[in-house]
Order: sequence, then C-alpha cells, then structure tokens
Amino acid sequence: MAKDSHLEAFVSFNRVQKSYDGETLVVKDLNLEIPKGEFLTMLGPSGSGKTTCLMMLAGFETATHGDIMLNGISINNIPPHKRGIGMVFQNYALFPHMTVAENLSFPLEVRKLEKSLREEKVKRALDMVEMGEFKGRRPAQLSGGQQQRIALARALVFEPELVLMDEPLGALDKQLREKMQFEITALAHRLGITVVYVTHDQTEALTMSDRVAVFNDGRIQQLATPDQLYEEPENSFVAQFIGENNTLNGVVKELKSDVAVVKLDSGDIIDCKPVNVSEVGERTQVSIRPERVELNKNKLPKKAHTLTAEVLEFIYMGDTFRTRLKVAGNEDFIVKTRNSSNQVRLKPGEKVEIGWSPECCRALDA
Amino acid sequence: MVSTPSDKILLSADGRPLKQSLSRSLRQQKIRALLLIAPLLIFIFVAFIMPIVSMLSRSVENDLVSQTLPQTVQALQSWDALSGELPSEPVYAAFALDIQNAAKAKVHTKVGLRLNYEKSGIASLFKKTARKAKKWDIQNDGPFKDKLIKVHKGWGEVEVWQTLKTHSPRYTSGYFLNAIDMRKTAEGADFQPEDKTILIKLFQRTLIMSLIITFSCILLGYPIAWLLANLPMRQANLLMILVLLPFWTSLLVRTSAWKVMLQQQGVINDILVQLSLVSDEARLIMINNEIGTIVAMTHILLPFMILPMYSVMQTIPPSYLRAAKSLGATNWTAFWRVYFPQSVPGIGAGSILVFILAIGYYITPEIVGGTKGVFISNRIAYHILKSLNWGLAAALGTILLVAVLVLYWTYDKIVGIDNVKLGG
Repeated sequence: MAKDSHLEAFVSFNRVQKSYDGETLVVKDLNLEIPKGEFLTMLGPSGSGKTTCLMMLAGFETATHGDIMLNGISINNIPPHKRGIGMVFQNYALFPHMTVAENLSFPLEVRKLEKSLREEKVKRALDMVEMGEFKGRRPAQLSGGQQQRIALARALVFEPELVLMDEPLGALDKQLREKMQFEITALAHRLGITVVYVTHDQTEALTMSDRVAVFNDGRIQQLATPDQLYEEPENSFVAQFIGENNTLNGVVKELKSDVAVVKLDSGDIIDCKPVNVSEVGERTQVSIRPERVELNKNKLPKKAHTLTAEVLEFIYMGDTFRTRLKVAGNEDFIVKTRNSSNQVRLKPGEKVEIGWSPECCRALDA
Repeated sequence: MVSTPSDKILLSADGRPLKQSLSRSLRQQKIRALLLIAPLLIFIFVAFIMPIVSMLSRSVENDLVSQTLPQTVQALQSWDALSGELPSEPVYAAFALDIQNAAKAKVHTKVGLRLNYEKSGIASLFKKTARKAKKWDIQNDGPFKDKLIKVHKGWGEVEVWQTLKTHSPRYTSGYFLNAIDMRKTAEGADFQPEDKTILIKLFQRTLIMSLIITFSCILLGYPIAWLLANLPMRQANLLMILVLLPFWTSLLVRTSAWKVMLQQQGVINDILVQLSLVSDEARLIMINNEIGTIVAMTHILLPFMILPMYSVMQTIPPSYLRAAKSLGATNWTAFWRVYFPQSVPGIGAGSILVFILAIGYYITPEIVGGTKGVFISNRIAYHILKSLNWGLAAALGTILLVAVLVLYWTYDKIVGIDNVKLGG
C-alpha cells in the first residue's frame, strides 16, 4: 500500500542528525520518507536512536542538524502543541486526576471546541475502541489493556493525520498484545491515518507494518516491507535482528553474478547468493534461516553442496521440531522442521547431511 | 479422617482451642516487641506526655486560695457577693486567722500575687495586712472588721471580697476567660476593659501572619521544588544542598543575619539608598515589625515546604506534560491542567507542616518581631518567665494546641490526610 515513489512524502526526515552531548551522534544522517496513510515501524534495539527520531518528530527533541518536514513544511521550529500530531506513550500517560471522558475531552478543550461537539467526539472515540461504558472511571480503575485503548482513543479524538506510538504495547501480556496489534492496524487502516510506530519487538513490527525501518547505531540499516526484511536482509545486522538466523563465517572464493562460492573457516565449501560482498578474498558472514535448511537430500538441487552435521539436541515443540546441530564448527546451528507424519526425529550423536538451495543462503558483510 | 462440623471450635493438634494456641504462640513475639520499644515509650511518657499534661492542667487548677485561706473561703459561702454589702464579722474573723497562719508559713505573697492577676493592688494589700496580722491575738483582739479596714481601706471595698470569693473554687475557668480577653467577675464572665485586651489581637495576628508565611512559602517553594524534581541529577543535588544548607546553620545565626539585612542601617537599605531608590531620611523600616517576622520566618520554614512538594513532584512522570503538549496544550495549560493538580498533595503536606510550625514559633518573632511582630507564643513565654502567671500561659497553650488539632481534623475531612505525602 502507498508505495508509489512519485507520491509526495507526508513526513520526511532530511539528513537529520541528533547529538545530546556534542560528542557522539545518537542519530546519524537520517533520511526517511513516509507517504500518507502508511503504517511505518521503527524497529531496533534500545539505544539505536529510534525513540529519539520519534521524539524529534513529536517536537520534544530538536534536531541538531537537518530538516523534518510534515506535509511539505519544515516543522523544526514549530512547538509540539502546534504540530497536531497524536501520540500514544509507552506508559499511556493518562492523566490520573481526570476521568476517562475528561482525558479524551482535554485535547478538544484546549482547541476550544463547543461542549456539545466535544461530548459527541468523545463518545465516538470511546465507541471506536469499545470503551463507551467506562467514561466515568479513573485511569487507575482500568486494566492495562483498557488503559491502552483509552490512550489510543485520546490520541485519535482530535482527528490528527499523523499518530506516533512509542512502544505502546510493551506493558501488556502476550495474548492482549496480539489482540491489540490487530486492533491498532485495523483502526489505522480504517481511518486512513499515517502511523509511525516504535518498537523493539520484531514480531510486532512484522505483523503490523506496511514498511519497517530497522535502526541500529543511529542509522537505518534497512527500510523494507516485512517480507523483504525477513527474506532478503541486506546486511548481517538485519539478518540477525529479524527472525531466527544461522550464521557461518568464511571467505569468498569465487564471485559470479548470482552465486558466490564461500570457503568456510572449517574448510567446507558452500554456494551462496552474493548480497553484500563485492570481491573475491573478502570475509563474509553467511546467513541462512533455520526453516530453509534441508535434511532430506532428495529435495536438494543436484549440484548443491552439502555439509556433514552432528546432532547435539532435539527439541519437540509441538508443531515443529528444533534440532541443534554442530555445523562447520558452529554449535548453535538450528534447524526447524515441520511436524509431519513422515518427518524423521533425529537423536543426539547422529551424523546427518544437510544442505540448502543457494538462493536461500545469503552472503553478507562480515 | 473425621471432618469437623462448622459450629465446633477448631482444635489444634494437642487438643487446645486453635485461637488459644495461636495467641499463646504470638504472645512471646508481642512481649519481645513491647520490650524493645519500652525505653522509648517510658521516655516519651516521662519526658513528653507527663510535663504537657501537668502544664495543661494548670490552666484550670486553682487550689491556692482555698488552701491558704480555708476558713475565709468557707465563711464567704454564706455571703451574697451581689448584695453590694460588705461581708459580716465572722468572715473578717476567719480571714484574720487565715492571714495570720499564711504569714507565719510565708505563703501570703503567693496568694496575693495570684489574686493580683485578677485585681491589681491585692498583692500589696495582702503584704501589708499580713505584716500587721502576725502580732494579733485572734481569740481576744476582735472584732476584726474595723481593724482590717483600718489596716487597709481595701478591706472595706466590696470588689476585693468579690474577687476573693470568685476565685476561691478549686477549679476555675478564669484562666481561659483571661486567655480570650475576658475575666471572671462576681456577676459572671465579662469582657476585659478596653486597655487590657491584647490576647485576641495576638491570636488573630498569629493566625494571619502564619497564613501569610505559609502562602509565601508556597509561592517561593513551588518553583524550587519543581526545579529539584526536573533538573538533571547533578544540578538537582547541588540545589538540594542549597535547600538543606539552612538546616545546618544555627537558627539564631540565620535570624540574626536577617537583622543585619533588614535593619535601617542594614544591607538592603544601604543598597536602596545607594541606588537612590529611597532617600537617606526615608529608610524603610523592615525589622522589629510584621515585615521582619514574615521575611525571616518564610526563609526559615521554606525547606519544610520544599521537601514535601519535591517528594510529590518527583513521582509525576515527565511524560504527562509531554502527553498534554502532544494533545495541543500550551506550556501553561499543560502545567495548570495536568501538572499542578497532581502536585497539590505536596502543597497540602507542606502547608500543614509550615502552618503548624509557624503558629507556635517563638525565637524568630522574639528577635526580629519587635512589638508589632510578636506571636502568641511570645506572650506565653512572657507569662511563664516574667509575670509567672503559669495558669494563663497554660490556658493560652491549650487553646493553641486545640486550634492546631481542629485545623488538622478539618484538613483531614476536606483533603484527607492519606493524600498528604511527606516522602516517597
């Protein structure tokens, strides 16, 4: 959705840098364009600069260098209360001395709306999150999930076009979190609002977003749709950070347009897809997803290289089996296989031949 | 296994009732806990509760007259104080006997002084009479009526006898009446003459000035508490030391420093004169009056306002203000609608603390208050140290204590004392 590059960007970061102490950059040369109606997630470990970016967009931090544009206008010098951006905070930040209805009415009051109009909008927003009967309660009398809904309704009640969410589901338990993930995306798409969502939970990022920006070390490592991010990570950080990943280290021996031959440190030779390697002799980290490893030799392409592996551990997980192997010196090599009637269950100590098709194995930066 | 019916007493394994076994097993713990705090309890009782109770009881005790002049008090019972006539001979005779005994035991000055609080002049009347009465022969020297009136014409005044009779009961409300500028007369409670009313005025002044001091503490303390709660750690710690610094300086030094600052030849006046803001002849009078007391006490009590405020503000996350701003509130609206209401418990706690401390403050008003800036506590000290009217001092103290308790109770009813946070 909304991927057309010719569309005018609704939000754009233009060479933005941020430093708190004048010595280190927390955000390094950030460029990002978000079209209208997109659900974009900033994903990254803590300290990667994602929250700082969000705070700069909201206006609570100023950019040290560069421009942040909203609707084509630079908002660097516009104070937060004039930006008209809705925001959902990590701990909800519902005002404890006000009732739910008063909390929702607050943004409308400061906009000097008439009382009848205010009441109507508050009612509509509460109905939207199915919290109509709670309007007289205080935040402390609500459960975590209910508070989350109220915080969402409050950020939406004044009908902002852009809504920022700072790890809004972090305090909820797993089940509720999954439910809310679905509700938030559904609501965002129904209202057609642009959402910038910050999280460190990759599952959340993958399931909710149109596009994900993976942050590390103050830079966007990759900006792509969830499936691209998982299937085609562009560098070893993204491959490690998103989903489960097996890595093998080696040196590039041969380099063709679509195949790279890598000699692993153990001496084994494998075929990979060259992604982030440019010359022969370069060190590389090879990445392969656990579910793409093939234990059945017959299913492999004819010329594919295979490796000998020793089974260290077999874990029964219900729908899948996890087998930990020792492969080319790496003792944390995980293979995931589906629990089907003819699937073999390996025993620790067994020796097996494993392989994969070269396009599933990506040679990335070391 | 036999199940116990619900109406049967539960028994422990050895057959005793369960409740008895439980209290037996807890008794040891309770005794140990009590022993641990026993020294403190005894200390508080002996050094704090007993002196206060004994002091407060002086406000109603009045056995001096009936102890020193027992016969007279009995004889006066049949005399109608409102008749306007002098008592008859038996009363005079009884008094002659009493005053002679008192003079021999050398307690006549005490009772004279006691009655002198009520009607001035009685002290000298007693002294003079006692000197003469020592030589009398009570059995044969009568009648005493004319004799006493000859010694001092005061014995011929109905008012003197009225005073004696009014203040003869063992317990009296006289001190409390005095404390609110009234007096006990033969006709009942009456207002003091205009020139002797001072205490009500002092109570009012104490209340009003304590309120002003509390209010100035809120105004000055709020921004500081806000800074303390919101500055980065290092600056906040430095500021905290500055707030606590006065605690480490002697109260007398601080108060005297204000004297240096505020007096007419003091620092502030000198600066104002040098800046030609006031002329040399019209230097401001800022000490030995209300201004001096308010300024010095606001400074001294400020930490008691800042600390509770700070501890409350510390618990208000900055995300509330951010949330308010993201919802479209200006800085002021965000503060006033979101931050301020949440800091009110701190203001309440600080105000109670400062007001209660201020209402009973003594040293500072004594030093910088002059005559216009003294509090009721200074009057209490005067009665204890100089006029030795302990009964009146006790009555004033009791009124002050009750006033504070009533205030505390009202605050609890309106705001709820649970909402007051002094820490954490």
